[in-house]
Amino acid sequence: MNRYQAVVVGASAGGVEALLGLFGALPSHFALPIMTVLHLPDGRHSQLAQVFERRLGRMVREGQDKAPIEPGIIYVAGPSYHLSVERDFTFSLSQEDRVHYSRPSIDVLFESAADAYGKGLVGVLLTGANEDGAKGLVSVQQCGGLTLVQDPAQARIAIMPEAALALMRPDYILPIAGLARLLAELDTSAC
Amino acid sequence: MSSEQTADLGAGHEARVEHTTDIEIRLLIEAIYLKYSYDFRDYSGASIKRRIQHALHQFDCRTVSALQERVLYEPAMFMQLLQYLTIPVSEMFRDPEHFLALRREVVPLLKTYPSLKVWVAGCSTGEEVYSMAIMLHEEGLLDRTMIYATDINPTSLERAKQGIYSLENIRAYTRNYQLAGGQSAFSDYYTAGYEHAIMDSRLRRNVTFADHSLATDSVFSETQLVSCRNVLIYFNRKLQDRAFGLFHDSLSHRGFLMLGSKETLDFSAYSDAFETLSKPERIYRKL
Ligand SMILES: C[S@@+](CC[C@H](N)C(=O)[O-])C[C@H]1O[C@@H](n2cnc3c(N)ncnc32)[C@H](O)[C@@H]1O
Repeated sequence: MNRYQAVVVGASAGGVEALLGLFGALPSHFALPIMTVLHLPDGRHSQLAQVFERRLGRMVREGQDKAPIEPGIIYVAGPSYHLSVERDFTFSLSQEDRVHYSRPSIDVLFESAADAYGKGLVGVLLTGANEDGAKGLVSVQQCGGLTLVQDPAQARIAIMPEAALALMRPDYILPIAGLARLLAELDTSAC
Repeated sequence: MSSEQTADLGAGHEARVEHTTDIEIRLLIEAIYLKYSYDFRDYSGASIKRRIQHALHQFDCRTVSALQERVLYEPAMFMQLLQYLTIPVSEMFRDPEHFLALRREVVPLLKTYPSLKVWVAGCSTGEEVYSMAIMLHEEGLLDRTMIYATDINPTSLERAKQGIYSLENIRAYTRNYQLAGGQSAFSDYYTAGYEHAIMDSRLRRNVTFADHSLATDSVFSETQLVSCRNVLIYFNRKLQDRAFGLFHDSLSHRGFLMLGSKETLDFSAYSDAFETLSKPERIYRKL
């Protein structure tokens, strides 16, 4: 069995481009579920999932409350609610306070996913002008998961990756292309 | 806590060994149930864990066990913790398009009943109840309607009964009211003070506020409309099904159910017991 069961990704300012670059470079058979929080201005119906699906030609869904997490799908958090992973590998939503002014928050997704997947989780933190995600990535590491940070020198905005680097030593610091290559290897190194 | 987690893993224990914090959280939830009869055992785990950790920080407790001791010996402490566990946030006409759909699709059918009972489950501080009452009033239905507004948080219920809201929020509420199809001026329904808006007490003439838990209590009345919004996301699937069962039993033949914008019957055991009246607005009708 694959050591890795799921990937969580967080991004903020500059994130649309970074995420499209990362997901677009993954092989089409990439099977691990990917759960994503991208900070966006509040609005009721974010079209993010549809936009990504069209641009990427892969299955992209908004993470829905109580929905089981399935392989081969890229999930994005919808607006205004935190997205968490439960121990039974389903999603749950909540409207607790914002974390670093953000809801959905990257920390919330990463911490709950780390609890659920333990060492089966890969956490990826990308560009952003906010410190959300740094603590979450620490949780991923503490629970035995693999941690990847976008090279701040290459990130559109370096604050988010740098905030993580100030708290921890991730397993890899790479530009987008390198992150995509590594993720592809983690998935195919299965069996 | 975190250093301990690493230590657990470092000792070579495999994934199924529970972390100490998780054990403590289960014990705390059990203690609350045994001592105060509030049942959080089937709430969504991730959110409960975050809220307890947040409370630890606020109450300056080093461990969940320390918090548990205080909760068991100081009832006032439990009441404070309850404020963290219940997430008492609300708005008037929250998701206005849902209230607009309710007005357009459901109200015409409600008008055919000689008298009505409406249940607002998990009403928190009352904003949803006043929204519902205003809409029913404008549709000429309020006088023949009984509204049951229930929650498990007594502090929230007390605030709901008072109907006093911060003036800061009134602009947003006014906009929601208009988007929800409001037919008059929102200011007709409150008196403004310096910092607060006091809701017109006539709106709650037919409202009964009551302590009722979807986790432990049973059905108490036959209703034609149940509104339960932003409560079920905090429950696991089993507890959601319990709540859906209560709504199903409470609703009269062909009664209506309105959920929050991210809540759905799709993954529940009751998905076949209701038809979808309006999917984006989460309005269902009992079959
Ligand atoms: C986020 S508020 C929702 C308020 C309002 N319905 C709205 O949508 O704006 C959630 C409410 O659910 C209540 N609640 C939590 N567990 C409950 C239970 N077992 N039975 C009834 N109400 C519950 C909480 O006390 C809280 O007031």
